Amino acid sequence: MDFTRRDTLAIGAAAAAVTALPMPAMASLTEDAIAEFTGGADVADGGVDLDAPEIAENGNTVPIEVSAEGATAIMVLAAGNPTPGVATFNFGDASGAHRAKTRIRLAGTQDVVAVAKMADGSFAKTQKTVKVTIGGCGG
Amino acid sequence: MAKGVRPRVKAPRSAEAGEVVVIKTLISHKMESGQRKDSDGNVIPRSIINRFTCEYNGAMVVDVEMHPAISTNPYFEFEATIPEAGDFQFTWYDDDGSVYEETKTVKVG
Repeated sequence: MDFTRRDTLAIGAAAAAVTALPMPAMASLTEDAIAEFTGGADVADGGVDLDAPEIAENGNTVPIEVSAEGATAIMVLAAGNPTPGVATFNFGDASGAHRAKTRIRLAGTQDVVAVAKMADGSFAKTQKTVKVTIGGCGG
Repeated sequence: MAKGVRPRVKAPRSAEAGEVVVIKTLISHKMESGQRKDSDGNVIPRSIINRFTCEYNGAMVVDVEMHPAISTNPYFEFEATIPEAGDFQFTWYDDDGSVYEETKTVKVG
């Protein structure tokens, strides 16, 4: 198939529009998810440990660890994914430590956010940028 | 029911009373995110495990709400307190309504 100069320009412009569009939408989705979790309460920075690799070669399986002293629940969000929700850990009476490890999918280089709900009803947040070499969203 | 789902759990067989033990769980599941397309360009429908719980003698250890961004073959590692001998009950809830269960017995002393 031959591309004329005109075709190439049109395709390039369309691709640029597609990649540029979702960015503002994603940021507000993350904020909405945080607001839903906290019920609009203030979120302090720090107080949550989020351990994620600086560079993840394969976005299909990125190991992360979250922990927060005295947390009842920790929500993990991936701000740059098509849907920001990743997981919410609710710790019960029989839990030994407020710490959990899992593996997540990241669509590309982005911030991973952890929001913890403390036993006293306050909230804390930490975020970390993970560079992703191959995105984990298929397609 | 998704095919070939097999839960695997690593928990100690015995522990001291009051000891905090590490539990590792893995369940084989393709965790189709609902974002991928097949070779004809049709979206493959979402099919994931959306919730995982672990209880010890009826007391909740951890209850995880899961979204499509959890990797294929969901893996969790967490800690539990063992107050007395008993059973761990692990439960995974699939989007299609299937429930996968696993139990592990822990002795004390």
